[in-house]
Amino acid sequence: MPRPSSFPSPYPPPQGGREAPVLQELVGDRLHLSDGPIDVVLKAFGSEEAVVAAHTAAARRFATILPELCAELAALRAPAGAAEPRSPVGRRMAEACRPFRRIFVTPMAAVAGSVADELMAAMLAAAPLLRAYVNDGGDIAVFTAPAQQLDIAIAGDFTLGPVPARCGSIRIRHGDSIGGIATSGARGRSFSLGIADSVTVLAKDGATADVAATLIANAVDCEDASIVRRPAAELDPDSDLGCRPVTVAVGRLAGPKRHAALAAGLARARGYLSRRLIVDAALTLQGETVTLFPGADHALERIAS
Amino acid sequence: MSADLSLEARSRKFGAAEGDGIVRCDACPVLCRIRPGRAGACARYANEDGHLVRVDPVVLLRRAVDGGGKLVEFSAGEWDGALLDPARTFVTGIGAGTTYPDYKPAPFIVSAEHEGVDTVTVVTEGIFSYCGVKVKIDTDRHLGPETAPIRVDGEEVGHVTTAEYGSQMLSVGGVRHLTGGSKSEGKVTCEALLKLCAGEPVTLSIDGGHAVVVEAGKPPIVDGRPEERMRVGCGSATVGIFAKQWFGEVDEVIVVDDHITGVLTEHQAGRVLDMRPAGIRVRGRRSTPGRYFQVANPGLGWGGTDITDPLAIIRKIDPATAWPGLRLLLTSTTGEDALYCVLDEALRPIPTEIPSRVLKVVERIGENCEPSLSTVLFMAGAGGSLRAGVTDNPVRLTRSVAAGETGVTMGGAPVYVWPGGGITVMVDVTRMPKGSFGYVPTPAIVAPIEFTLPRGLYEGLGGHAADIVSVEEMLAAVAEGARVDPWRGENPWPFRGEKR
Repeated sequence: MPRPSSFPSPYPPPQGGREAPVLQELVGDRLHLSDGPIDVVLKAFGSEEAVVAAHTAAARRFATILPELCAELAALRAPAGAAEPRSPVGRRMAEACRPFRRIFVTPMAAVAGSVADELMAAMLAAAPLLRAYVNDGGDIAVFTAPAQQLDIAIAGDFTLGPVPARCGSIRIRHGDSIGGIATSGARGRSFSLGIADSVTVLAKDGATADVAATLIANAVDCEDASIVRRPAAELDPDSDLGCRPVTVAVGRLAGPKRHAALAAGLARARGYLSRRLIVDAALTLQGETVTLFPGADHALERIAS
Repeated sequence: MSADLSLEARSRKFGAAEGDGIVRCDACPVLCRIRPGRAGACARYANEDGHLVRVDPVVLLRRAVDGGGKLVEFSAGEWDGALLDPARTFVTGIGAGTTYPDYKPAPFIVSAEHEGVDTVTVVTEGIFSYCGVKVKIDTDRHLGPETAPIRVDGEEVGHVTTAEYGSQMLSVGGVRHLTGGSKSEGKVTCEALLKLCAGEPVTLSIDGGHAVVVEAGKPPIVDGRPEERMRVGCGSATVGIFAKQWFGEVDEVIVVDDHITGVLTEHQAGRVLDMRPAGIRVRGRRSTPGRYFQVANPGLGWGGTDITDPLAIIRKIDPATAWPGLRLLLTSTTGEDALYCVLDEALRPIPTEIPSRVLKVVERIGENCEPSLSTVLFMAGAGGSLRAGVTDNPVRLTRSVAAGETGVTMGGAPVYVWPGGGITVMVDVTRMPKGSFGYVPTPAIVAPIEFTLPRGLYEGLGGHAADIVSVEEMLAAVAEGARVDPWRGENPWPFRGEKR
């Protein structure tokens, strides 16, 4: 008797024994796409046909994203402006970094947000949608049609353990000029030069939010004996951060040091706000959260409360 | 070959060692170079002491929709788009891990309502020291004498057991080879079991017999030759089945078989058809009329004998009975080998072209043979420690399984629970999800096992009630990282309440 076939994948078998991209549907009509380090959960809202068309378009576009990026990894790991990436996602990454490149940044800082934006663009080109989100490991592209809104929960509280607890939610309305939400920090999967537990940024698209969150999180910093740093290359020989020291562990900080670290991050965030690169930011360090608009009736203020 | 079990070998599959203990991961095009103790960008592959290891997810089995329900359909049509609905999801023990020490509850104790019954599934991975596989090889060829040792790389890993109808049974593994012999014997046995259970080919060499490549669900390869057909019956049965179709087309048929060779005109089937005795005497020991044992030695020739020239089994042709022009057919029990002869004036059989009407019947023998396969059943006993992860009072679980109240599955596949004491189970490895089996260096085999029973009964058995989580909670916690396989239609859904 022949063995029953395994899970049918819409993707062609990968070459050279590599693992194929994975597509699966999750509870609540969400679509999960995964290929190597890219892990996306997305959902489109609209008529049934529109949702089918949007999810199909995203799944199709997804199939070649990782190979496209890997073909120009060297250019993407070089400081922004040093090389011109050619792939659509690579160009998004470089474009998003352009306004930030006064300080050291590589297009890799925008990779997750750019993948989210690319899939969002594919969905919106395929069908009229009411709302949609593409969550690439915490870097999220969002869309709301006129009169629509989308609630996003934020889990950034690490005081209970390594798995963050939910600490607030953001309501995104059409006309907010918010197309991306990104969270970065020393607790995330990527390396951080700073010590923030998390920095969440709202911006016009996922790629911009991603770079800004990364750079603001890098700025949340202070000197303390309890902070352990190691050259990035010692941990990952191919890191785009080279020998820059990245945060490995942070001990309990005294109040003044914590405030100083958050203030340093907030100063960088204010700079980005004044240049209209971001819409809002919330910075969290050891149970304390600060935002750009304290006391304002504004989306991210709820995270702080 | 024995190195295949090692971390190095698994590492080689996807990774390549570089300097400083760095492993380059080839699982995706990022080609991460991972330092010891760290994971790659995907967090699914990690470098453990210089070796690339996979951090395996839990495997969920998802049942297809039987009508209704809102579905997202993909236009490409390769994907059915079924949702990961708690009511249609079964959590397997694969990747669940095991708990230590024993008294700790199993990794997942999942509750769900099915058909109005509150049901609990205790999901774990068992470490089986007492385990092995029973292999059934569909062949009438002689593989080796009963009880002969079976070896892999020179190490004894099992033995030849009984011959069944059209098949030869082998036993591979078992605690005496895993832990009772030398370290190398245990390692090679464990590796052979893992491969057999994973559906990979393994070459088994039988002392005083032959080499057979066994791959679950595939035809066996005996001394380099793939088997195609499982005989339709023994030589005598073949004569009985096809006698009427040969009648009038040939005057005598000899069906060569290592077990029982059949001779048509002497056989009861020929007598009933009033066939004229042909006077062709075959070698061997006559059992009953027209049925002969031991016409030759066992081997890889015709019908499991060592015969390659079928005329060699003719002892004599009786001139008082046979006649010139007599049409004689010799065939094997699978129709793979056949020779048609006509007796000349001196009553010598002269091979002649086979008439198409006779050939048709020979081909029909072939058509009636089933494809020859190797099938692999994993057999293991759930020890006290595994059962302790299920309940505080392990013997009650045993009794409940024996009574049929508690269903047992392995990776969602149905098992046969051997009657009597303990929980000794057998499962067809091809019905289990990919990657179900692992090992620990003891050596012992790690395999998923799930116990499904009504919640009330679980609590009554002394189950770890406080550790029960709902399937919804379970999915919320693991679904995104889990591997989701489709439910296999041939496996009964564990929640339909049927008693085994």
